[in-house]
Amino acid sequence: MKPDTFAIVLQTALLMALAPLVTGCIRNWKARLQNRRGPRVVQPYFDLIKFLRKDMVISEHASWVFSAAPYVVFITALLAGLMVPMVAIQAPLSLFGGVLAVVGLLALGRFFMALGGLDPASTFGGMGSSREMTIAAIAEPALMLAIFTVAITVGSTDFSHMVAAEQESGWDMLNPTHLMAFAALFIVLLAETGRVPIDNPATHLELTMIHEAMLLEYSGRYLALMEWGASVKQLVLMSILVNVFLPVGLAGDGSLLTLGLGLAFFLIKIFALSAAVVLVETVNAKLRLFRVPDLLSAAFVLAAMALLSTFLFH
Amino acid sequence: MDISPTTLLVLALLGYIAGGLAGLAFCRHEKLANFCSFGCGTLAALCGTVACIMSLATGATTVASLQLQLLPTLIPYVQFTISLDPLSAFFGLLVSLLSFALSLYSLGYARGFYGRKNVGVLGAFFNLLLLATTLVVMADNAFFFLMVWEIMALSAYCLVSFEHEKPETRDAGVLYFVMSHIGTGCIMLGFLLLFQATGGYDFAGFHALSAKPEWLASGSRNAAFLLFLAGFGIKAGIVPLHTWLPAAHPVAPSNVSAFMSGVLIKTGIYGLTRVFFYFLGTPPMWWGVTVLTIGTISAVLGVLYALMQHDLKRLLAYHSIENIGIILMGFGASLMFLNTGHPLLATLALIAGLYHTINHAVFKGLLFLGAGAVLHATHTRDMEQMGGLAKQMPQTAFCFLIGAVAISALPPLNGFVSEWLTYQSLLQGFGSTDSLLRLMFPIGGALLALTSALAAACFVKAFGITFLAQPRSEPAAQAHEVPLTMLLGQGVLVAACVFLGLFPTFFLRVLDPLTQLLTGLQISQQLTLANGLVLSGVNQAGGTVSTLGIAVLGVALLFVPFALWLVLGQKTKTRVGPTWDCGLKGLTPRMEYTATGFSKPIRMIFKALFRPRREVQREYDFSPYFATSIRFEAHVEEVFETRIYRPLQRLVLRLSRRMRALQAGSLQAYLIYIFITLLLLLLFAL
Repeated sequence: MKPDTFAIVLQTALLMALAPLVTGCIRNWKARLQNRRGPRVVQPYFDLIKFLRKDMVISEHASWVFSAAPYVVFITALLAGLMVPMVAIQAPLSLFGGVLAVVGLLALGRFFMALGGLDPASTFGGMGSSREMTIAAIAEPALMLAIFTVAITVGSTDFSHMVAAEQESGWDMLNPTHLMAFAALFIVLLAETGRVPIDNPATHLELTMIHEAMLLEYSGRYLALMEWGASVKQLVLMSILVNVFLPVGLAGDGSLLTLGLGLAFFLIKIFALSAAVVLVETVNAKLRLFRVPDLLSAAFVLAAMALLSTFLFH
Repeated sequence: MDISPTTLLVLALLGYIAGGLAGLAFCRHEKLANFCSFGCGTLAALCGTVACIMSLATGATTVASLQLQLLPTLIPYVQFTISLDPLSAFFGLLVSLLSFALSLYSLGYARGFYGRKNVGVLGAFFNLLLLATTLVVMADNAFFFLMVWEIMALSAYCLVSFEHEKPETRDAGVLYFVMSHIGTGCIMLGFLLLFQATGGYDFAGFHALSAKPEWLASGSRNAAFLLFLAGFGIKAGIVPLHTWLPAAHPVAPSNVSAFMSGVLIKTGIYGLTRVFFYFLGTPPMWWGVTVLTIGTISAVLGVLYALMQHDLKRLLAYHSIENIGIILMGFGASLMFLNTGHPLLATLALIAGLYHTINHAVFKGLLFLGAGAVLHATHTRDMEQMGGLAKQMPQTAFCFLIGAVAISALPPLNGFVSEWLTYQSLLQGFGSTDSLLRLMFPIGGALLALTSALAAACFVKAFGITFLAQPRSEPAAQAHEVPLTMLLGQGVLVAACVFLGLFPTFFLRVLDPLTQLLTGLQISQQLTLANGLVLSGVNQAGGTVSTLGIAVLGVALLFVPFALWLVLGQKTKTRVGPTWDCGLKGLTPRMEYTATGFSKPIRMIFKALFRPRREVQREYDFSPYFATSIRFEAHVEEVFETRIYRPLQRLVLRLSRRMRALQAGSLQAYLIYIFITLLLLLLFAL
């Protein structure tokens, strides 16, 4: 139960190493599906190294908040990741916080990212901040309600407890309650990670950007931290989705065999989910900003129905 | 230790009186008046803080650790006694701590009034307000309570109207005056109902009622509940009785706004706690349901209206409504658990509410002090005129940022801790009953999530537009950092935010005697794990959190970016350049995003509520695309004001106009009225 330093280091390394790969795979597969060749799957690593080596240009209007933001974004994403079970049931930091802390930490990162967007006095940054905070605000109730549905049936807000309890229930985890909560969370995942129906990560037009607009003025090391932080956050949310709703193969103890098996299962699940994201991104067009609330309220309704259905199936 | 809490408390009360008198005595010498009155206030508040901490630390539970008769009993039923039971001591601590920070801050802030207004009068009323508020939370007799309650309301009215040359201030003052007295009326009626049942006005007598609910018929009990809810609710600013709050808080001087938002509305919470948990005994289910519903509605509507404001202090005032809502969510859940017989959960929910009470006092006080510092430096409350202040006023910006993170319930600061406790009690409450009512808990939790996410959006706007980017006006560009006392006042509250955020388990022990008094349980042990480093929901499996752990590990993880810099980035240089301006000749402040623009998406999404209206007038010579002048006007409808209060006001005015016919000034007519009344009374008596 005590936080284990070794586990913390390992999971931090896994988060940092795997996150750019997931981003790279999504980009590459999306290009393939659209009959383009696309960048290599390892391209994000090269990008990050390049950014880290580059000089920085900081806006003349920016204050210290602009410089603090990348660190906060990067570190909150890592901290949140340490509270989510990835390979083993026991998350390294589960004692330090569960669902509420993860959501809170990601919100802290977003808070600073939005401030960083406003700081250089650029209109694009302000626009990105405004939209990001709006979408996050309407995504949050759906996110919480969907996770609460699971938390209530398990009686805990701790991810490790949730996963352990889900694993015990066996095939029961495929009940309608879970399926609806999963669907709700999937929509939230698209919103939180800036994926296509909500935001376009590959856009070149400032007026349609949300996430990218906030990063416009960042360069060099700061940009690397921001990009890396965003990838880690994406991986964290995906881990929650796959491990809470499909806790197959998570290692229950610390033996090398189960850990290896856990890692293999984890990778399969994460890449399967990435493939689903790619599919959604390819077959959908970006929604107009003011249609996004409709989508997210659909997620909220799904989560509410999941909650109601606990009365029917338990 | 020789100094007893009693001595310190008496010193504190005398200090406030001395400060008030000094203010009046030196009202011709503004510097002396400022120094003496706010100086006395600072010292007195420090004594009060220590007294309350000592009293709480004794751990005395049911018996008041301190009882004091201030004046001899002159009138039957009226006793001028104060007692410091744990509940009073807790709220006394809140009042005194804030009073300390605010008095310290006022020493610098009042300088802004030199030559314009009478600082002595400000100091006198401020000390009177501090004195009355301290007595309100400690009074032990309903009569005495109502007297100091009125003194508090009236001195606050005088302070709200301090800058009475502005019509806006006068209107707000009158609105506050009227609403406040409607509230006092309700409270008075409530106490009368309790008097009927117990035959006395002492709080101890009222408490006996909680053990013997049969003394009070259920009808009167419910009536008392509603009267107190309305009466104290007006003071606390619950929706729909909140309209005075966003009007009155912004127009007062900033030290007073901070006191009103931080402390004054908490006296409403104090009253509700006292009555619901100490006087009225086991509640029926619908009380809890009502309070939880009102709390949720207040939280969501408060933050939505806050988002629409671009007056910095008005925005903060609306956030007070939101936070009062969050406090009441805890209280409502607690009442529901008491009804269903789950004292443990009831205690947890009550703790969540009380913890949020002190947290809100601290960070809202801090934010209003920051707003006051900005006002002091730029002479405007309009955010659209600000910007770039983080460079001119870095310390104030830092303090405001801490407050903003805390109020947005982001880890690791104190707002997160109390909302975490609220979530925990709501989620665990799901199993407390089998009825459909239990759906209220997760839905309430989801709406709480919506509230805190919107609050984060609102404070990105408040901080970002005020302190970041380019200055939008000349005064903002010329702003400079505020005097040291003002920074110290903010610093005290920053320290309190950090302490309450990182060390919740140490603070929760203070609440043990309090929960023992109200629900009969002490649960701080159950909430503490790993030598106080980890905060746990009632049982460990339910969830744990450690803000301290998060903070420490967060700092430790800074090693990762440092290592990356060490390996790859040592040779990189940093230079300052212009922001990308799409090839124009540089960005001007007019191109920046505005506060109104920032909240536009939310205005559009919730347009059914806001009913936004905007008017654009363009003048042009040959094509509308090349306008020579544009006039833009935008409004958001405040539903409660236009749909409830305005019609009510019209009705009252119409009725009074009718009544005027009766009072035409003719003496003969008056004599006839008196005669008829007499006849009727005689008939009635027969």
